[in-house]
Amino acid sequence: MTETEILAKLQTIFADVLDEDDLVLTPQTTAQDVDGWDSLSHVRLVLTVEKAFGVKLSAGEIGRLKNVGDLIVLLQARQAR
Amino acid sequence: MSTGGEFYLNLEWLPAAAVDLKQQLAAVSSGTGARGNQLRQIAGMRLDANQLVRLAKTLRTVPDADRTPLSPFRLGLISNSTTDFIEPAIVASALRYGLAVEIVKADYGQVLQSALDPASAINAARCDAVLLALDYRGLPMDATAVGDAGRAADQVNAAIAHVGAVRSGIHTNSGAACVVQTLARPVETLFGNADRTIAGTWAWLTDGVNRRLVQQLDGGDLLLDVASIAETVGLATWHDPTQWNLAKLPFAMEFVPLYADHVGRVLGALRGKSRRALVLDLDNTVWSGVIGDDGLDGIVVGQGDATGEAHLALQAAALQLRDRGVVLAVSSKNDDDVARLPFQKHPDMLLREEHLAVFQANWNDKATNLNAIADELALGVDALAFVDDNPFERNFVRKSLPAVAVPEMPDDPALYARTLAASGLFESLAFSAEDQKRAGFYQDNAQRATLQEQVGNLEEYLQSLEMEIVFTPFDSVGRSRITQLINKSNQFNLTTRRYTEAEVAAIENDPTAFGMQVRLRDKFGDNGMISVLICRRDGDDWALDTWLMSCRVLGRRVEAAVLRELLQQARARGLQQLIGTYVPTDRNAMVRDHYAKLGFTRLSESPDGVTLWSISTAFEVTDEIPMVVSR
Repeated sequence: MTETEILAKLQTIFADVLDEDDLVLTPQTTAQDVDGWDSLSHVRLVLTVEKAFGVKLSAGEIGRLKNVGDLIVLLQARQAR
Repeated sequence: MSTGGEFYLNLEWLPAAAVDLKQQLAAVSSGTGARGNQLRQIAGMRLDANQLVRLAKTLRTVPDADRTPLSPFRLGLISNSTTDFIEPAIVASALRYGLAVEIVKADYGQVLQSALDPASAINAARCDAVLLALDYRGLPMDATAVGDAGRAADQVNAAIAHVGAVRSGIHTNSGAACVVQTLARPVETLFGNADRTIAGTWAWLTDGVNRRLVQQLDGGDLLLDVASIAETVGLATWHDPTQWNLAKLPFAMEFVPLYADHVGRVLGALRGKSRRALVLDLDNTVWSGVIGDDGLDGIVVGQGDATGEAHLALQAAALQLRDRGVVLAVSSKNDDDVARLPFQKHPDMLLREEHLAVFQANWNDKATNLNAIADELALGVDALAFVDDNPFERNFVRKSLPAVAVPEMPDDPALYARTLAASGLFESLAFSAEDQKRAGFYQDNAQRATLQEQVGNLEEYLQSLEMEIVFTPFDSVGRSRITQLINKSNQFNLTTRRYTEAEVAAIENDPTAFGMQVRLRDKFGDNGMISVLICRRDGDDWALDTWLMSCRVLGRRVEAAVLRELLQQARARGLQQLIGTYVPTDRNAMVRDHYAKLGFTRLSESPDGVTLWSISTAFEVTDEIPMVVSR
């Protein structure tokens, strides 16, 4: 999957989990930019992403994520393996 | 459809979520008037954790007054782990069981304080029940006493004492029933296969705690067997160390829908929402093949054939349900005599005509037949569960009679019995002596109806039943059945007040209250406990706090016999009047004129339709009461 494809898939997941149909994600998007993206929905987001992409992330990997771009890089790296 | 852990994880007995779920939820939010049924219908679908969150949000947009016919339920939640994810899921899943749950949450880490402080949020809220969602990691035990039998036993004792203190705190301070969870065993072993034999290992500790928790369950407390749920889906996936470390999730988030559904089942059962009758299709459900085409020799059922054994397993499951009080009925598109043939003539059939309270084999549509079955059993259609291999029939019934529970059936009949059990439609909190006889009651009723047709005259008919009515004050023997009736009866129930077993027990010793249980026998059998009364002293009067009766015995003058008994008991205590109250609900319109019919005088009516009635204890009941009275 290309970066654009992953971003599109994340866009759908984030909109679904956060119940924000108008949400627009970019690689630069952070939790501060999005209504309702608090620490609890962060856990829901990560676990939903894991399921959708069929990957398992460690707590360390999750903790190091700074924005959506980091998540895309991480998912791409997992794909490559 | 899968067969293993995935089957449970995904709640595959529920129909898949509608593609336009979002639009359906939006329609509920923007709608007006009573929307309880719409919410319940949506909750009947297979929803993931995120969809459950959305459904719970939608419920919040519907004002209390527009939630009919859902029953409001206030659930306290005490936990030593993160509950933010299970809360919306419980609210949404409980809708599936007809409950509008409001959660009152204890502060994080305030397990004992919430229970012991009479002013805590949980106790002050007067919850209907309190869920003790306790994780093994937050109990006063750890696996440091390995090999030290004495200290290991102390740890089990300490954990049990902790849960016990929470339970008794809740009982004392709020009177609510507790829902107690068993512990899912952690999978990390220390020695290996020997762990269970060595004191103090996690396996040894959780086994010990679970055994004791179950033994000590009383006072109307309920069990949520989390250990069993986790074993069913697989302990290794249930416990997710990453998620625990990350957010203190007591189990992997993917199981939230399954866990929440089980909470909904238990609360639903407490409120009498469990299904009471199982309606079976015949062709390719009870046996393989089509009796009308294949004939008695052509259908496959019985030992020695894999498909035949699969159908037999469903029959055995149905019979086991019947033994615990679920009524069985048949709805089949067939000629009646053809459909009955296998029950009468096939040597391998387990199910026989005598097990079936109603047999509807005709060419009407199934919704019409299910309505007829409900009428004949004097049950609402919301008491029925319908099992049919045919997706067309299932969808037709779901559309025409959404209140009927229709589990998705897998293609392979070998999984029919498992699917029926997994659906939890017949969740039952206890097994009373009455339950054991109940399926028979309904059949006796069918015989009574036949006799009535023969006799014609009601008076003669009632006399011919040779009824005996038995009045007994509340006692420990009747307590669990009394509690069951108080929490389950909806139709013939004047006030629909619900009480926990502890509250029922309190009435036994309360000098200002009088609780009466009523049983009825006749020549066709024992109807068991059929009526419950609670009177409370109010000056020189008795306020009739509770008057309920089983609809099985309608039209038999039981009400008049009960009134005569109440008047007599009241006179013996020197009381002046009985004061009756009727509180209307969407289910009890049948008793709106109950007090008027018995000769009470109406005192008042409030704007919400509550009426007050009185009758002097000097009143003499003049109705013919066609039964012998015992005390």
